[in-house]
Amino acid sequence: MSRRLLPLTITVLLFLAMAAFGAVRYDGFLSPQVFLNLLIDNAFLCVVAVGMTFVILSGGIDLSVGAVIALTTMISAALLKAGWNPFAAMALVLALGAAFGALQGFLIQRFNLAPFIVTLAGMFMARGCCYLISTESIPIDDATYSAIAQARIPVGFDSSLTIGALIALAIVAIAMRIAHSSEFGRTVYAIGGGESSARLMGLSVDSTKIGVYLLSGFTAALGGIVMTFYMLSGYSLHAVGLELDAIAAVVIGGTLLSGGVGYVFGTLFGVLILGIIQTLIAFDGSLSSWWTRIVVGALLLLFCLLQRLFEGRTPKMP
Amino acid sequence: MKRLIHHALFWPAITLALLLIASSLFNSSFLTLAWRDGHLYGSVIDILNRAAPLVVVSLGMTLVIAVRGLDISVGAVVAIAAVVAALMIGGSFSATGEVQSRYPLWLALITALGVAAACGLWNGLLVVKAGMQPIVATLILMVAGRGIAQLLTGGQIITVYYAPYFALGNGFLLGLPVALWIAALLWLTLHLALTRTALGLFIRSIGGNPEAARVAGVRGSSITLCVYTFCGFAAGVAGLIVSSNVKSADANNAGQLLELDAILAVTLGGTALTGGRFQLAGTVIGALIIQTLTSMIYSMGVPPEVNLVVKAALVFAVMLLQSPEFRGIVARLARGGARVS
Repeated sequence: MSRRLLPLTITVLLFLAMAAFGAVRYDGFLSPQVFLNLLIDNAFLCVVAVGMTFVILSGGIDLSVGAVIALTTMISAALLKAGWNPFAAMALVLALGAAFGALQGFLIQRFNLAPFIVTLAGMFMARGCCYLISTESIPIDDATYSAIAQARIPVGFDSSLTIGALIALAIVAIAMRIAHSSEFGRTVYAIGGGESSARLMGLSVDSTKIGVYLLSGFTAALGGIVMTFYMLSGYSLHAVGLELDAIAAVVIGGTLLSGGVGYVFGTLFGVLILGIIQTLIAFDGSLSSWWTRIVVGALLLLFCLLQRLFEGRTPKMP
Repeated sequence: MKRLIHHALFWPAITLALLLIASSLFNSSFLTLAWRDGHLYGSVIDILNRAAPLVVVSLGMTLVIAVRGLDISVGAVVAIAAVVAALMIGGSFSATGEVQSRYPLWLALITALGVAAACGLWNGLLVVKAGMQPIVATLILMVAGRGIAQLLTGGQIITVYYAPYFALGNGFLLGLPVALWIAALLWLTLHLALTRTALGLFIRSIGGNPEAARVAGVRGSSITLCVYTFCGFAAGVAGLIVSSNVKSADANNAGQLLELDAILAVTLGGTALTGGRFQLAGTVIGALIIQTLTSMIYSMGVPPEVNLVVKAALVFAVMLLQSPEFRGIVARLARGGARVS
């Protein structure tokens, strides 16, 4: 087996081990719906984490995604309240998210600024804009949104998925295609491996770097739409700290934070692992919610140490 | 004049001065100080007092950034220190109606600071020994830290009843707030340690070029470890001030987003995020800029939520001004404009 697949394999095995643990320990855990719920409850996280994967693969980071999600739910709710066509509202927020991401990418690329600081400022900006729209939660009673939110697509075995979960799966599939068999995807890996060598190879580093943040802004907005389906409200405190969950999912999914190595498919499992931790804690009933954070922190530690081990053994490229 | 403009502290100081002038325009009594009940009162004193925890955390952050690091766990460490102190002091009413501390106050303070320093040491070990990227290494504690703090409190807000503890965040010494004294003392100690010993030079050399520093015989890893430990300790001090000020410890909200404000203060103060050059005094000014801005927005009657947008605009502006590429473009534009006219 290729050494590059090792982190991904560990992630998948860990997920299976946790599922097995749950199945043995708790009654009713091993039902298809429990596992589909992992996807349903974390659909927005999954969408965002896929965008984050590209950013991290390119060696950057995007801290603004949680705030962009909140802003998306806010703008959607405000537009629907003003009587907009739901699909026009969705198109507008997607365009806004992509533009927001592209602007951050432009600042990072053109002025050689640190992604951490630029997206941090972007996070302040997007959260602040939420508050400018309203400090209260805005409910959504649009018929189309409610219909999408309540729609259940049966997948057999008495279980079903939501539209949000389907969007998440579609995004994972599309992103895998982009990452592994498109010029853009290959350039992202090359930039993460070494920006100057990618430039010397004649790859379009500048536009790809902006593109990565544009993509992350777009997936954040799409994640926001999925969250709007899930919550049916716009609120400036939606998705606080979601950027950390997304980064954690990417790292647990086996992507190196130094960039250049990782798989979108791993991110899907990273998200599922975060989800299954919460489900296990919910099934247990006696553990409090803060154990989630501690376990996620411990897993992050484990994976980072594994990555260091893994990096240490790979012969260094000159 | 030219030397003045090129001084690293010139722009931060100008920004702060402009903010203070703007504040005094909006509020005519802004700059007045009054002496009442043996204390100095006034908006400026209030800003200094409120800025104290941020100043303390930012001082630690400056050094971490100077050695090419970053510590995003300080908010969580603030919460942990606050919770440890609050749990150890607590306060129960004795038969005589006097409030007693569960453990002696000094023991509680030392334990809280020790735990905070241990958190910093942990971050340092992950960075130095395990070779992790600083963002990742401290991300772990940032995620888990609040969980640990909540575990300690059982998810409750711990109220402190023991009055002597309140002095840290609410007391006055020689007419000035105690928190202000603590921040000033920490700054002075650090300033002396960095200028009177070789420590400042070592930190600059590690941040400037770790490899060259190592070859030159600087013990980079132990200094980096110390710097992270100090950053944790500083966060602990801030945690004590914060919890003493509100007379309670909230594991969920104490120090929330403080790491971002601290990094912002360091950046505003003219310390480059790439490491090497740092401005301790600049950081203090940066923290004061943030607090003045916050107070100004509050006193103007603008919804406090706007604060975030203003902060974001400020960060973008400062970032661009610090970027050589942006300066280059502006310079070219200015030259082009001169040629046209």
